[in-house]
Amino acid sequence: MTDVRVAGVGLTPFGSHPERTGRDLFAEAALRAFEDAAVDRSDVEELNYGNFMGALAEHQGHQAPLMAEAAGVRCPATRYESACASAGVAVREAVRTVAAGDADVVLAGGMERMTNLPTDEVTEGLAIAADDLFEVRAGVTFPGAYALMANAYFDAYGGTREDLAHVASKNHANAVSNEYAQYREEVSVAEALDAPPVAEPLHLYDACPITDGASALVLVSEEYAAEHDLDASVAVTGTGQGTDRMALGDREHLARTPAADDAADAAYADAGVGASDVDVAEVHDCFTIAEVLALESLGLFEPGEGIAAAREGTTTADGDLPVNLSGGLKAKGHPVGATGGSQIAELTRLLRGDHPNSGHVPDAEVGVAHNAGGTVASAVVHVLEVAE
Amino acid sequence: MSDDGGDASPPADRDHAEWLDALADGEGFALVCPAGHGSLPPRRVCPECGSPDLSREPLAEAGTVETYSVVHVPSPRFADDAPYATAVVDFGPTRLTGIVRDGDETDGPPAVDVGDAVAVEVGERATDDERLVVFRPAGGE
Ligand SMILES: [Zn+2]
Repeated sequence: MTDVRVAGVGLTPFGSHPERTGRDLFAEAALRAFEDAAVDRSDVEELNYGNFMGALAEHQGHQAPLMAEAAGVRCPATRYESACASAGVAVREAVRTVAAGDADVVLAGGMERMTNLPTDEVTEGLAIAADDLFEVRAGVTFPGAYALMANAYFDAYGGTREDLAHVASKNHANAVSNEYAQYREEVSVAEALDAPPVAEPLHLYDACPITDGASALVLVSEEYAAEHDLDASVAVTGTGQGTDRMALGDREHLARTPAADDAADAAYADAGVGASDVDVAEVHDCFTIAEVLALESLGLFEPGEGIAAAREGTTTADGDLPVNLSGGLKAKGHPVGATGGSQIAELTRLLRGDHPNSGHVPDAEVGVAHNAGGTVASAVVHVLEVAE
Repeated sequence: MSDDGGDASPPADRDHAEWLDALADGEGFALVCPAGHGSLPPRRVCPECGSPDLSREPLAEAGTVETYSVVHVPSPRFADDAPYATAVVDFGPTRLTGIVRDGDETDGPPAVDVGDAVAVEVGERATDDERLVVFRPAGGE
């Protein structure tokens, strides 16, 4: 087993690019990642690429060879699909491949193109991450599923819409300085509370936007980094994945996410760290309630206590444990199949010290990234550490 | 949608259509393994423990709402149904997910709360007449 280093990261600006092809978006992210890494692209031995709904959005299946062309690499290329965790699983397989010594250089990331579709078709497209027979046909939308989890949480532990509005307001504030973020304006708690309902108790500002974008990471072995004298100070030291029953109604608990518990346990064990070691986190806040559930699955808060974290200031930029300093999916945007890679890119920049919000975590050494698919039937957790 | 007395559901989803037929006849069931895990068809094995020994067990007469949401922004297939109340309901061997209706949706969906008792039946989407799982407030009407 070798240490896996993040040699370079690249993102497109997240936002609305309805006229741009998916291959152009991924090409931009990959180009930026190679520039950041100073790695020769001919050394890339595998491409792991995440994408969720390209067949719907672009009438384009079999995207991996296309993205290898776009990135200018010639190597085995595979598309990974796990709904909103598509890039998370793509990165995880890249980490495992390098850690096992099967490759020294892997390009990993993802892309999603969404804004070229009308909103109702995006709603329909996202819904297919749920069980078609027993959820989608029963009227469950993507926001609707998280709304069911939010009301189950309120019933089990307490909490209010105002608590969730604090999560939204915090993440919007964090996005203001992030040049890659889709929404760089602050949103007050009052504005979030006043927004129209999507699926009660979730309103407009509880939901992430519809986003186009791509992410790319150049992951290398510690030996390769040393041989090539790379500036690759951040290591991926732990990876974990969990799977749960597909339909929310079949889960053990409607207000918890056991797949993410499993992913976190495995990632911490892999890294040899515990939740108490974590200095900074990027978590999958597709909806505000999802951030709460993520914090509890990661062991950063006890069940029932994550709901107050943003309101009490623990997870704000100046709090003890800043969460989603990138702006999160909520404000940075959520190009579904790119998100898991973008979280690692943001966390890497935060730990390297070259993120606009790095000043909030100057001494951070351990970061955790949490990426979820569907209503967390899939979850991937990664631990990143400053290695030198 | 076909309406010539035939099966309106896509043939690819035979087992689901049969399950809806049973539900519509008041004979809703879950598949239950010897360990007591409930699931819904089609199943070859229990999704929790892998047992192939599955028997059909009737759903409880009344279910209990475990969580709910009023959906204001629907998918296209529910465009004419919104706003509607969706709920996850415990029916003993398994939970079901569906829409809560009280027969008069002119003023929007009925008020729903966790712990409410509901019965289950098969209804139709307003948007396209496709069949779906419908919960009725118990003792209502
Ligand atoms: Zn079983």
